[in-house]
Amino acid sequence: MKGDRKYILIFLFPMAAFMSIFLYYPFFKSLYLSFFRTKGFFDKKFVGWDNYERLTSDSLLGASTLHTLELMLYVIIFQVGIALVLAVMVDNISKFQGFFRTVFFFPVVISGTAISLLFVLFYNYNFGLLNSILANLGLEKVLWLSESNALKAVAVPTVWHYVGFYFVLFLTAMSKIPNDYYEAAKLEGIKGFQKMTKLTIPLILSDIKVVITLAITGSMKVFEFVWVVSRGKNNTEVLGTYMYKKALVDQNFGYGSTIAIYMVVLGVILALLANRLLKSEEITY
Amino acid sequence: MQPVINNEHTIRRVKTSRFSLGTLFMYIVLTAWSLTTIYPLFWIVNNSFKVSSDVMNKSFSLALEPVLVNYTTAFDRINIGKSYINSLIMSGGTVLFVLLFGGLAAYVLSRFTFKAKRPIYSLLYATLLIPAFATVVPVYEILIKTGLVNTYWGLILPQTAGNLTFATLVIAGYMTTIAKELEEAAFIDGCNRWQMFVKIFFPVSRPAFASVSIFVFLWSYNDLFSALIFVNKESVRPIVALLNEISSQYGTDFGLMATAVALTVIPVLIIYLFISKFIEKGLTEGAIKG
Repeated sequence: MKGDRKYILIFLFPMAAFMSIFLYYPFFKSLYLSFFRTKGFFDKKFVGWDNYERLTSDSLLGASTLHTLELMLYVIIFQVGIALVLAVMVDNISKFQGFFRTVFFFPVVISGTAISLLFVLFYNYNFGLLNSILANLGLEKVLWLSESNALKAVAVPTVWHYVGFYFVLFLTAMSKIPNDYYEAAKLEGIKGFQKMTKLTIPLILSDIKVVITLAITGSMKVFEFVWVVSRGKNNTEVLGTYMYKKALVDQNFGYGSTIAIYMVVLGVILALLANRLLKSEEITY
Repeated sequence: MQPVINNEHTIRRVKTSRFSLGTLFMYIVLTAWSLTTIYPLFWIVNNSFKVSSDVMNKSFSLALEPVLVNYTTAFDRINIGKSYINSLIMSGGTVLFVLLFGGLAAYVLSRFTFKAKRPIYSLLYATLLIPAFATVVPVYEILIKTGLVNTYWGLILPQTAGNLTFATLVIAGYMTTIAKELEEAAFIDGCNRWQMFVKIFFPVSRPAFASVSIFVFLWSYNDLFSALIFVNKESVRPIVALLNEISSQYGTDFGLMATAVALTVIPVLIIYLFISKFIEKGLTEGAIKG
């Protein structure tokens, strides 16, 4: 159309401005800051690769990385796993489908902070929900947020929060499988569990891949669950909370930025790795 | 005759399989999971109507004689109402900007042909790899220098930028499916590009705009990390930052904590129940794949 050039520029400008000022520029600025030793915003000294060398010898960072990876493992196995199982089941039943869809999505719309606070009330040693149940059953109380349990205790709300989201994605993918596939399978005598492993799952493999990638990048960003439930104490520090403490609590912007860059690199590597391992061909019906 | 017989056959099959053991097992598992999503919410609301000592000692009992003491504390002492308003203004503002700017960009990317389109898409996808952690320090610096930290803009601007990619990709995905004839008819009627956007593309793409606004609102409303850094002063604090404050300051007041959680969660849940159809529609249209 005539005069389109003008409109292209005008319509794209606000987005370009927002992205440049609040995403691209800050990202490169973080990269730049990662080569400086800083004191507040105004006092900084170029130190070359010093911050990156510090990364390799920072044992707290190593621990945070391991905790993040452990959390990621729980998320991939349980969050994605439970979502898949629930989706297969809902896809196979004929009644109350709508009810389960609505109800399973509840935690997704609730803020992570509220869920975390809820779990603080569950885990409380003296008066929490879990220990009240144990006490009612005549069992001994458990210290849920002890050094050995705390990370698993944080993993539970993290997993629970997003199961519903992946569940809906899976269910949507399954609803796109044409019915003839199932009818053909029926003629071949394939049903029940076999139908799931031989038909449904292979057909939605590309969606499983997308979900696993989302789960990986999602667990790199975990923050509020750890922050509210345990403040990173008792072996629960993850990269998100560690970065926050270094960069914003200690106001060490240089090293904090280095940690952020490390998180980006690690996230990209893991996502690429997952995509490599789960290589599958796109299916169109 | 043949089809009729077939039909009866399948009906009978469905009936018998409905009562099979496997199906029963599935319903049991699904019901069990739905209890994990419903019961905690009930527990929290129920306990919000008890005094703290009852929350601690009798958390399972029904609040048959509800007390409102926690609610009055929440509104009078920690001013949760103010945080509500803050949250609404900031998340509402973010949604508005994201829809407008994302919608315009999506319109250009989906309906115009020009050379820079591919590089722009690549740049957009690249932003998906940048988490908030990697931008927070310089953004904080910008906000301090411009005096926007601890103002509503201090959260609206970065969150708008953070959600634009998602919005643009989803809306553009929807707009590419709109028939070309519609555009041509509008052109013949003398519409310019802006009028075309307002009168045709925006109304026709309403489902995409609706689902984007829901998700952007949720993500903005629930974003603790940005709130803690950019707007953590009492006068502008959104509700998630207040919750975090409550957990560290009033960690022993169980009744108040339960009430704060209930007050944060229930309005969102009620709205969700009304619009859950849109959410699923948004997801169904391949939204998240972007």
